[in-house]
Amino acid sequence: MRLSRQVSTAALLFAAACSGVVTGQDEQEKPNPIKAWLDEHAIEYHGFYEARAGYRLQNDLYEKDMSIMEARYQFDLFSMREWGDVKVKGDVYADGVEEKGVFDLREANLFGRPSDFMDVKLGRQILTWGTGDLIFINDLFPKDWQSFFIGRDTEYLKAPSDAVKVSLFYDWANLDIVYTPEFDSDRFISGERLSYWNPALGRRAGLDSPLGTQGRHDFFEDDEIALRLYKNISNYELALYTYWGYWKSPGGFDPTMSYAIFPPLHVYGASARGTVGKGIGNVEIGYYDSTDDRSGTNPLINNSEMRYLIGYTQEIGRDFTAGVQYYVEQMLDYGSYEGSLPRGAPKRDEFRHLTTLRLTKLLMNQNLRLSLFTYYSPSDEDVYLRPIANYKASDNLALEIGANIFGGDEPYTFFNQFEKNTNLYTAIRYSF
Amino acid sequence: MSRKTNLIPLLIVVGLIVSTASGAAEPNVPDVQTIVTKANIMAYYQGDDGKAKVRMTITTKSGQTREREFIILRKDVADGGDQNYFVYFQRPADVRQMVYMVKKHAGANEDDDRWLFLPALNLVRRIAAGDKRTSFVGSDFVYEDVSGRSLDLDTHELIETTPERFIVKNVPKNPDQVEFSYYNVAIDRKTYMPMKMEYFDKEGKLYRTIESTEVKEIDGFPTVTKSVVTDLKTGGKTEMAFNDVQYNIGIGDIFEERYLQGPPREATR
Repeated sequence: MRLSRQVSTAALLFAAACSGVVTGQDEQEKPNPIKAWLDEHAIEYHGFYEARAGYRLQNDLYEKDMSIMEARYQFDLFSMREWGDVKVKGDVYADGVEEKGVFDLREANLFGRPSDFMDVKLGRQILTWGTGDLIFINDLFPKDWQSFFIGRDTEYLKAPSDAVKVSLFYDWANLDIVYTPEFDSDRFISGERLSYWNPALGRRAGLDSPLGTQGRHDFFEDDEIALRLYKNISNYELALYTYWGYWKSPGGFDPTMSYAIFPPLHVYGASARGTVGKGIGNVEIGYYDSTDDRSGTNPLINNSEMRYLIGYTQEIGRDFTAGVQYYVEQMLDYGSYEGSLPRGAPKRDEFRHLTTLRLTKLLMNQNLRLSLFTYYSPSDEDVYLRPIANYKASDNLALEIGANIFGGDEPYTFFNQFEKNTNLYTAIRYSF
Repeated sequence: MSRKTNLIPLLIVVGLIVSTASGAAEPNVPDVQTIVTKANIMAYYQGDDGKAKVRMTITTKSGQTREREFIILRKDVADGGDQNYFVYFQRPADVRQMVYMVKKHAGANEDDDRWLFLPALNLVRRIAAGDKRTSFVGSDFVYEDVSGRSLDLDTHELIETTPERFIVKNVPKNPDQVEFSYYNVAIDRKTYMPMKMEYFDKEGKLYRTIESTEVKEIDGFPTVTKSVVTDLKTGGKTEMAFNDVQYNIGIGDIFEERYLQGPPREATR
């Protein structure tokens, strides 16, 4: 009974997406009044229709078998005006797993160049900086780890920020200032879609015990500031970063109210990127100052950390690229952490080592992209693999199949806590 | 039988003498280095900068087509030397607003610096220096066709002179780095525009041609407005049409991260 319902949901979503594909084709053939109006006002209209379906490859006690099941429509409106650009981009999707319709406004912003040395972007926007490949040290803009792990397009790893970004350009250096008046947390793993290690319960949990959090919603009170000072010297890109805000995913626990919290966090870091031999090398470092637990004695709030990253990417064959990274998270005041830890609780290592390997191969006139991204932690002894095959059947139509594979020894390590979420998915997308 | 074979070297020698003589007999034939230098400037360095709207049509052997549309901006650092390219994609939809930027270094053993901007992630990615003989955006053109091949990588020989064209044979100094054994370029004698390129594989067989099928004078500069590359091995071809070509428009210092994230007006329309 349960399975047949899932199958019928899948069929329904697929049919909806296919009708979308047909509509999309119709739009190209005969102009409709909306399109005419947009053209008249110099508004570019693009987007896509997509159907995406995926299942867990094993039984998960705390989640549905279906890992993803959605029909999605994205619209992207863009207009260049005399004074600047306007962009509005949003997704509407029917979510068959949560059985609801969702509207996700991804971008709604104004961009302008008020002077030769200044750019401003105001509104909902996607923000990115730093040198890591799917590893973030100084990029403290919100991530959507849930989308990442259930197999949505990589685009959705970046969640939007409601912010103003002011960029200043001088001969001696450039400065980006991002002000977010109300804290934008990550779209973290809460148990709703992915089972995870719940330390309070001492086991994996999911729908039975979703993570309750105390958000930060006071405008101008719970705000964030991110700064980047950067300069390009002989095509070596150097940058310094500062962040004043909060742990983006829950970094603490309030035992009286029994929910997870976002304690204050300051980050100071630096990075460099440029040509090394035949490839591109990058290094990045960050000091995470957990200001509510500087001594490290509070077991309910994350300790301060040092984070280090070194990476290298090179073309190793025709249309074949390999990238490797080595990343270390060092918990500071480790002795205090050890001393304050409740008896019997799983203990984190002082150093978490993580390596990544990315292999990307293009085939069939670059229309078939095979890629594999691997995270492997020798200290946690866990692994996360992301194989993806994407085929562009035409300029408009793309087919994708991929998997999110988690494995390891202990149920509480960073990646292996998600072991039961290992999933396989497929997608079809019509872009216009 | 043995006599016949003995004739062949003799014919070659005679042929060489004749062709050299015909070259020498022409009073206005410059030396080959001058020809290839002028042709290189003609093909890639006209004006101090340039802009074009490019439409690429990629056709497979079976007749399936794919299209690419982008605006390309070029600014020379030095004539015949380093250059900067800014490529803003408009079609297909899945690469719309993507930007590809190259700081080309003309030295024979110097790698270019390359960047890619992915708008959906707002991500500025650095791309590792690549094999310049790989396909440009899935077309039959390779990177080198678009931004030029350093003259120092080949030896050049003027093998034929017709009333309209110089035919120059180019042999790679380092054959292991490329898929061809040599290529011939037919250069217009008046304008020095390369009109046809023929690539020969390691067995000496013609396998790839690039032809300038339409040349117009724009702002006083002879300009290729249509070219076609044909891959005789795969049966595929790609046509490239250049529209709204402009020269010396005064492109500023747009080859920076600032303009990857927010392309300048001249790049977007």
